[in-house]
Amino acid sequence: MDLNYTDEELAFRDEVRAFVRDKLPPQISRKVIEHKRLTKDDYVTWQKALHARGWIAPGWPKEFGGTGWNPVQRHIFEEECAAAGAPRVIAFGVDMVGPVIIAFGHPWQKERYLPRILSSDDWWCQGYSEPGSGSDLASLKTRAERKGDHYIVNGQKTWTTLAQYADMMFCLVRTSTEGKKQDGISFLLIDMKTPGITVRPIITLDGEHEVNEVWLENVQVPVENLVGEEGRGWTYAKFLLSHERTGIAGVSRSKRELAFVKHIASEQSQGGRPLIENVRFRDKISRVEIDLMALEITVLRVLAADRQGRPPGPEASILKIKGTEIQQALTELMMEAVGPWALPFLPDSWGDHWLGERVGPEYAAPLAAQYLNFRKVSIYGGSNEIQRNIVSQMILGL
Amino acid sequence: MDFDYTEEQQLLEDSVSKFLEKNYTFEQRRQIVASRVGYSPTAWEGLANLGLLGLPIPQDRDGFGGGGVETMIVMEAFGRHLVVEPYLGTVVMAASCIATAGTDEQKQYLLPPIMEGRMRFACAFTEGGGRYDLDHVETTARMDDGQWVINGAKSVVMHGAVADLLIVSARTSGAVTDRNGISLFFVHPAEEGVSGREYPTYDGNRAAEIGFENVRVSGDSLIGAADRGLPLLELIVDRAIAALCAEAVGCMKVLNDTTLEYLKTRQQFGVPIGRFQVLQHRMVDMVMQYEQAKSMALLAAVKVDDADPVERRKAVSAAKELIGRAGRHISQQAIQLHGGMGMTDELNVGHYVKRLTAIDTLFGDADHHLDRFAQAESAQPLNVAAFERPRSKWRKI
Repeated sequence: MDLNYTDEELAFRDEVRAFVRDKLPPQISRKVIEHKRLTKDDYVTWQKALHARGWIAPGWPKEFGGTGWNPVQRHIFEEECAAAGAPRVIAFGVDMVGPVIIAFGHPWQKERYLPRILSSDDWWCQGYSEPGSGSDLASLKTRAERKGDHYIVNGQKTWTTLAQYADMMFCLVRTSTEGKKQDGISFLLIDMKTPGITVRPIITLDGEHEVNEVWLENVQVPVENLVGEEGRGWTYAKFLLSHERTGIAGVSRSKRELAFVKHIASEQSQGGRPLIENVRFRDKISRVEIDLMALEITVLRVLAADRQGRPPGPEASILKIKGTEIQQALTELMMEAVGPWALPFLPDSWGDHWLGERVGPEYAAPLAAQYLNFRKVSIYGGSNEIQRNIVSQMILGL
Repeated sequence: MDFDYTEEQQLLEDSVSKFLEKNYTFEQRRQIVASRVGYSPTAWEGLANLGLLGLPIPQDRDGFGGGGVETMIVMEAFGRHLVVEPYLGTVVMAASCIATAGTDEQKQYLLPPIMEGRMRFACAFTEGGGRYDLDHVETTARMDDGQWVINGAKSVVMHGAVADLLIVSARTSGAVTDRNGISLFFVHPAEEGVSGREYPTYDGNRAAEIGFENVRVSGDSLIGAADRGLPLLELIVDRAIAALCAEAVGCMKVLNDTTLEYLKTRQQFGVPIGRFQVLQHRMVDMVMQYEQAKSMALLAAVKVDDADPVERRKAVSAAKELIGRAGRHISQQAIQLHGGMGMTDELNVGHYVKRLTAIDTLFGDADHHLDRFAQAESAQPLNVAAFERPRSKWRKI
């Protein structure tokens, strides 16, 4: 029993730390730490830096461009990146469709798409949810009908994150209405430039354009863009959800956010004293901090089991629920910490090139929007209620 | 990073579990609680034979040489069996206190009888007006003619009446809540001037109110340095807290297993009640609380041996806080999900709930430790430039 890193692990941590220090542009990390809006360029710049070092896809097998790191090394890597304020690597390519293509894709799909995922030349989005199919994803209705060498796709996807930037979409479509609803689903790779695709923004309650509706009208998708077998898409989708799931807890990012909460709570004052000395507020911070300490150990326990060849399955659901609860609590505390300064709503001021005048401290400006935006984390990726269903069925046998 | 038990730790876990499965079933425990003395001399002897009474005593003193993790292993098993033996006071606290700070003579005189099961201890630290504060010490000790003279009273001393020797905190200088001026003493309960009243606690244990009126003990009854006892006292109590956290995890495990089994077997509306989503989600929440509690018990077990007292305090208090909250949650849900049956004395559920509830109170509840954690954890400001430009005149922006 030893909770400390080994000398080898410490050396690895130093290597990662040095790399991040050298290659992460400070103007990007500053935006991340201060919750400002990142551009597509910001994400791509960082992803290309990781790619140049060979570190963009730690979870992939080495032969396809992975790093060969063990779970603990991957954790250290995530930890160092998050602590320094690196943007998250957009998951849709590297963490989601990549592993599916590696496991089930045709050799030509591997050859064509995997290098472009690694190099960030393709931006991927996820065509899963539909207006009528949220938690009950398998009820999805977007049809793909085989006509000669093509599938003709018709339907509507929604909540498609950052589809406005996307070159490619991996999409769950219905190829059959016979039998069980799960059995009629197929997994297609769709070029976003194909005629018939319309991306419409959905503005969320924080005023931001992060998600979209994607309309598909008679979209012709070459049959060779089917992943694996027709009718097996649900299996691939489930595989995707079980992959790369310990990072889902977001412990490293939450540690950085916790430090930020403390920072602003020591800057703000109440009754002539720093807010952080106000016992009522301090206790709220401490409670989240303790939950986060526990979650970190829980994640490490899961990683240790993973390293011994017992990869996390439904346990990941527990990490997702606890992790997102903590993330939400932190955004709530940040907003509360700045008090009235949370109210001014000047969205332009948290993007690039703002020359206007600020109201209140600079760090306060995005916090209400961020609080509102983070309500999503307990909904996306399988809502926390669906995660409870998974634990209940798969772990508890209820 | 390594969460595995060593082979020796695995053996420890196996032997303590096997012993308790045979000698401390729920029915046996019921009889032990109802017995005159309130613990089991036979079980105590068994623990001695297993070497568990020498757990924190170094190997060069013929002990087991265990640390936080070994204590965690034993206490988790005790939690699963609701053990009511005076183990915490005698072994986790007194034996480790003597092994840490005792003189060579004290070690020679006291450690062997502890290991052989011939001597039980109780730790008398709590005072009526002090709530959970270890530095609130009204009891006094003054030197007179080469002897210490102790006056005062201690409250809710766990297993106080069955102890062969007490460890008592007393003030040798300073005001009631000064951090300096506290000393620890061995006091024989049969000494003239010691009075006591034993009573049961709601979790099946026993405690005592103990008074000291001009109790004279020899000069070598002092443990460690005079006036400088508080750091030692805090260390011993932190070890006890880490142990209680492990015990709580053992209790939670049984409550969760029992409740899950009940959800699968209890039928209502023609189906097992575990088919209802509202109950499933509650059960999942209990499991999450358990996993988090287990993580914190682990952290406390490892960090309680940390040389830096601030690191130790932070981990131990964080663990006690989270486990206090988790224990309360799991307890209440376990009763609720068992419905009327959860209210009975017959089922084991209520007994585990009572122990978990008591554990929260022992050595400081969740609120107390939240406070202690926050004070240990000083703000760590991040280097983020936060500046404002000078404001000029009103305008729309």
